[in-house]
Amino acid sequence: MKYVIIGNSAAGIAAVEGIRSRDAEGEIVLISDEPYHTYGRPLISYYLLGATDRRRMQYRPEDFYRKNGVRTLFRVRAEKIDAAEKQVMLSNGEKIGYGKLLVAAGSRPFVPPTEGLDSVENKFTFMTFGDALALEKAVSKRRRVLIVGAGLIGLKCFEGIAARAKSVSVVDMADRVLPSVLDEYGAGIVRRALEEKGAKFFLSDCVERFSCNVAYLKSGAEIGFDVLVIAVGVRPNTELVAQAGGAVRRGIAIDARCRTSLQDVFAAGDCAESRDAVTGEHKVLALLPNAYFQGHCAGVNMAGGEESFDSAIAMNAVGFFGTHVLTAGTYEGESYVEKEGEKYKKLFFKDGCLNGFILVNEPERAGIYTSLVRERTPLSQVDFELLKRAPALMAFSQAARAEKLARRV
Amino acid sequence: MQSRDAARRAEAKHHGTPEPLFAEFRRQGYSIMKRIYVNEKWCLGCHLCEYECAFANSGLTDMVKALKGRPIHPKVSVEDEGNIHFAVNCRHCTDAICVKSCISGALSKGEDGVVRIDENKCVGCLTCVLVCPYGAVMPAPNGHAAQKCALCTDNLCGEPNCVRYCPNNAIVFEDRG
Repeated sequence: MKYVIIGNSAAGIAAVEGIRSRDAEGEIVLISDEPYHTYGRPLISYYLLGATDRRRMQYRPEDFYRKNGVRTLFRVRAEKIDAAEKQVMLSNGEKIGYGKLLVAAGSRPFVPPTEGLDSVENKFTFMTFGDALALEKAVSKRRRVLIVGAGLIGLKCFEGIAARAKSVSVVDMADRVLPSVLDEYGAGIVRRALEEKGAKFFLSDCVERFSCNVAYLKSGAEIGFDVLVIAVGVRPNTELVAQAGGAVRRGIAIDARCRTSLQDVFAAGDCAESRDAVTGEHKVLALLPNAYFQGHCAGVNMAGGEESFDSAIAMNAVGFFGTHVLTAGTYEGESYVEKEGEKYKKLFFKDGCLNGFILVNEPERAGIYTSLVRERTPLSQVDFELLKRAPALMAFSQAARAEKLARRV
Repeated sequence: MQSRDAARRAEAKHHGTPEPLFAEFRRQGYSIMKRIYVNEKWCLGCHLCEYECAFANSGLTDMVKALKGRPIHPKVSVEDEGNIHFAVNCRHCTDAICVKSCISGALSKGEDGVVRIDENKCVGCLTCVLVCPYGAVMPAPNGHAAQKCALCTDNLCGEPNCVRYCPNNAIVFEDRG
């Protein structure tokens, strides 16, 4: 069997590991338009922060491709899939045939059309290691930075460059930071931590137009800057599958075995949809763990195995200068709240299940909560009153504890 | 007087660790996967395992110097509620969700089945803490990484120190297949 994988990040690498768990022999070709050994994409902010470096941020050991018998085609774009002929057209003019194909093409930054954006000289997005290297060159103690977007990407970018820039302003339409991840109280904690490090926020506001080095906001405020970072969101790279006639909704439509509607074509990661185990909705859950789960599942199935992945949930673990935010699931239903200064816990429960949670500066054993959300464990089977106080295995029945702790898992 | 650590080493020599035998088994193709298992009914809740874990991972040879008057950050933790007590540490899951979820590639599962964290690669995002269903991965005290049990393969003990000094066999180290 010949396997072709488009994408060199978490989903693509996971697929290699999934394939090799069943097929030690088959030929694997991996295509990436980037020139680098696989790296953890979310690490680019840690790179700028100095918390990691080029070598340590490699997602797998140096000899990963060799050990797994992977032929890599770097600096090459997959331009088109011919599903009838079972081949992929590449930007270098080559055609490459496949037995099974994985599209793990990721997502790309969304840059909203804004008046005067063309007049801005130093503008960046923040998604790839290439972006981080470019930003590293552009930012200095003499330069003012404007970040558009106070979501995960924008704020991690701030953390990375805060100590390198003269000043950093952050604009977002929402009334709080991390609007899709946190509620007002939780966002307040993060905002204060970032303001302490010099962030200047312009919330409930947006850029109406740019003129060279000035952003004119809707509120009337004007922000002068030398470097602009656009971090308002990402769009899944669905075009390859769409153009080949495959089903695409917001992301590439896949089943629980990560198969697209095209014969022998699989998809995984930020370009593909997941079925959210909490809501049952199909949506793009652009998270690294999800990319790995899907990629691994796809790889096993590409190699003739039978694996399903049906426990996708939204989740985030992110820190800003030591302030830790851990969240999972959806924020619907009744809630239980504990707040004390910069610590915050909010649990959401509905229909007898834990639906989601927000934990700020209370990371300890959060995974016990996450597993309740992911597994849809009926709260009638656990001591929920005890769990509200703190995540603990004590809340499970003795028999359930024995399953967890007294046998191989 | 002989230090406690020296006494331990002497004892280990005396008892003769079964490792060479296991190595032979492995060479013959058998899979030996010794793991820590909990016998909840024997646990007294003495928390000695936590102290032994902290000592084993302190890098020091004097238990008093390592632990006295210092906050400890063990990788095993005992849960207590009324008369129920049990120790929890990493299960070294067959299909380890922490390894799959790690954003930096710092977590890996070795050929020996042991899940380890490379603290040098870890950026401390705590995704592993968010996904571990046992609550067995925790923030490291330095604030820049996560930490977890590696069955004492990452320190001088070689075999789990918590098990070795559990007075009541409430945690054991064996192969349950």
